[in-house]
Amino acid sequence: MTEQGVTSVVLVGVGGQGILLGSEIIAEAALLAGFEVKTNEVHGMAQRGGSVIAQIRYGREVFGPLVPEGSAQVLASLEKIEALRFYRFLAPDGVAVVSSQEIVPVTVSAGKASYPLDADQRLEKLFHRLLCVDALKVADDLGSPRSANVVILGALSGYLNLDKDIWEEALRLRVKPQFLEVNLRAFAAGRDLARTGPVK
Amino acid sequence: MQRKILSGNEAIARAAYEAGVNLAAGYPGTPSTEILEAMVQYKDEVYCEWSPNEKVAFEVAAGASLSAARCLVTMKHVGLNVAADPLMTLAYTGVVGGFVACVADDPGMHSSQNEQDTRHFARFAKVPLLEPADSQEAYDFMKLAMELSEKYHIPVILRSTTRISHSRGPVTLGERQASPNRIGFEKDPPRFVPVPVWGRKMRLKLEEKLQEMRVEVNSHPANRIEWRGTKLGIVTSGIAYQYVREVFPEASVLKIGWSFPFPDQLIREFCAGLEQVLVVEELEDILEEHIRALAINCIGKAVVPAIGELSSDVLKASRARLEGIEPSACQIPEPSEVSNLPARPPVLCAGCPHRAVFYALGRFDVIVTGDIGCYSLGTFDPLNRIDTILCMGGGVSMAHGMDRVGEPRKVVGIVGDSTFFHSGITGLLDIAYNRGGSTTIVLDNRTTAMTGHQCHPGTGTTLMGETSRAASIEAIGKACGIPNVATLDPYKMDECIATLKNAIESSEPWLIVSRAACPLHARKRLGPILSVDKERCIACGKCLNLGCPAIEGGDGKPRVNPLLCSGCGMCRQVCPVGAFIDGKGNCHD
Repeated sequence: MTEQGVTSVVLVGVGGQGILLGSEIIAEAALLAGFEVKTNEVHGMAQRGGSVIAQIRYGREVFGPLVPEGSAQVLASLEKIEALRFYRFLAPDGVAVVSSQEIVPVTVSAGKASYPLDADQRLEKLFHRLLCVDALKVADDLGSPRSANVVILGALSGYLNLDKDIWEEALRLRVKPQFLEVNLRAFAAGRDLARTGPVK
Repeated sequence: MQRKILSGNEAIARAAYEAGVNLAAGYPGTPSTEILEAMVQYKDEVYCEWSPNEKVAFEVAAGASLSAARCLVTMKHVGLNVAADPLMTLAYTGVVGGFVACVADDPGMHSSQNEQDTRHFARFAKVPLLEPADSQEAYDFMKLAMELSEKYHIPVILRSTTRISHSRGPVTLGERQASPNRIGFEKDPPRFVPVPVWGRKMRLKLEEKLQEMRVEVNSHPANRIEWRGTKLGIVTSGIAYQYVREVFPEASVLKIGWSFPFPDQLIREFCAGLEQVLVVEELEDILEEHIRALAINCIGKAVVPAIGELSSDVLKASRARLEGIEPSACQIPEPSEVSNLPARPPVLCAGCPHRAVFYALGRFDVIVTGDIGCYSLGTFDPLNRIDTILCMGGGVSMAHGMDRVGEPRKVVGIVGDSTFFHSGITGLLDIAYNRGGSTTIVLDNRTTAMTGHQCHPGTGTTLMGETSRAASIEAIGKACGIPNVATLDPYKMDECIATLKNAIESSEPWLIVSRAACPLHARKRLGPILSVDKERCIACGKCLNLGCPAIEGGDGKPRVNPLLCSGCGMCRQVCPVGAFIDGKGNCHD
């Protein structure tokens, strides 16, 4: 908790990875737990394969929807280098939950830039508390590669003060019925990783 | 009472519904689009439409209002430029049924071509303006706007911004109160016909209304003083209020929700007891200028940026400046781990039919005047095939202007399907009428894609889900008098290049309709997912010139990301060695 008793979460990735749904579920869970909540997401042009950020803040009283730099309890990223790009939002004692998925930006394909080969080392050096998750493989093993976002959601839930039942209720409210079952399993798998996985 | 998490846009739609709105019209534009998308769930009780453009939407609502209907019209900030003509005079005639124009600004230009401040329009048109600070206020102020509109018989602007429209927060909902108005126009020419003799009287009437509002605005609960201390007082409005509370917790605050006409008396009362007055407003110095005009000393844009959006981080720097500290002194240098990260700009999606046209245009030495929409992404490398962008429909007319002054190269104007209906037709008519020779390409992907896939006059469907008449772009071109009208399938690269060649080498005007549905909207794969046969690939880089996000290059030979590949097969058509193979190992369709 920061000075005003607000919990902040930043969820980042690449447009199309399902950041918006993740943000909605966190907000729903916080509201179910009786908190005030504000979130913000990027729409429109930035969604088309660009870097995307969603911000969620909850507590007894929340003013702005934007997370101040250095104040997020959790920075969760669905792509490796996007965690680096948005590092500044994380609080010094916050946890970075990072999917090991790499998505090559067009700037790299066009030969104008290169994807850092030492991304893993950079993550380890930059974040004191880091959980790296192969979310895509976990989701793939469940037969639903599109649920990688919910695996990450499960993992980040391990570092927030909201009960498991509340998370599951939030999933029920926000996920379409035909995808609920597999997403509940994806969430549980992610949450297990947070419990058992290494955080430095 | 039900409490739900709603975005600002959803809150506005809900409140409009509860306020007894009979009609909601608009044109899609980030960040305003989701208001009507949320509104249409109430289509049994509220008539909803996507109009061809904002001017039409505004006029549709104006007409309905004169028949005593309660109306909501929605648009982004630049949309109000298009609708400015009816706005300026509707302020004179006044309205009958409540009329609220919800206009969403985009400070920081997240998805816009400029950063104009709609608050200027309220002062310009002499109409009241409300500025909510979160979803709950978006809801409350929508209802207030409707109430004020009917009380003063005047159109009211509800100004949202990106961080209001696209932020979510809890909102306490109520029930719909049906409008007591009986639908029916009552003839009254001196009231509704602004010919000079009556227009002059309307002008005076408008001033009377403003004078009445100038009194009410001082005691209205939408404007409130929060006293905390006398050392520092902050005058603020909209989302900026939230950042003020975070960064200046000890300061007294005058929170202005109904910001035009200005609450002069309240401002004077607030500032009188303070040692220092700071004005924190997003974008222009409208409040600051007015407060100075009241002969009150204040600080504003000297410490708070006028460019870009505000945040608590931005205000922390403002606070430092106010306290005489150079904010850069507090900045922590960026760690080396985050240096040299490759940029990740937005790109045309995998399988986007626009890509083929831009790739083909790369073969010709032409100037391409572009437009507002997904195709603006054709500007960037490696496609790099748009040379100018101005406004909706501007690409068509600008091409004609260049052509008529003797621009030595051929000029090609690009416009989207929805944009063509919005304001491309008049430009095309001009080319035909004034004997132009430019080529117009309509990138028809059967939807308004950039804003999230809305229907338009060419799709054959309406916002309310009805089947409708689909306007034909080709027939419109012919009716305008364009002698050469061609339709092409952009996924057939050879056909695309051949048609472009015919048009570009011609001295006559051409209209080319490149037609293929947006695959993101159609939600279906176009063909088999491909992969690169490393044996055959000669790493020539031709496929990478498509700028397809599914083809990942970098070191070594390109790979196809199967999660992104749409199976459009453009890469197959540009590969000289047949290295793109499907699951069966075939290198051709």
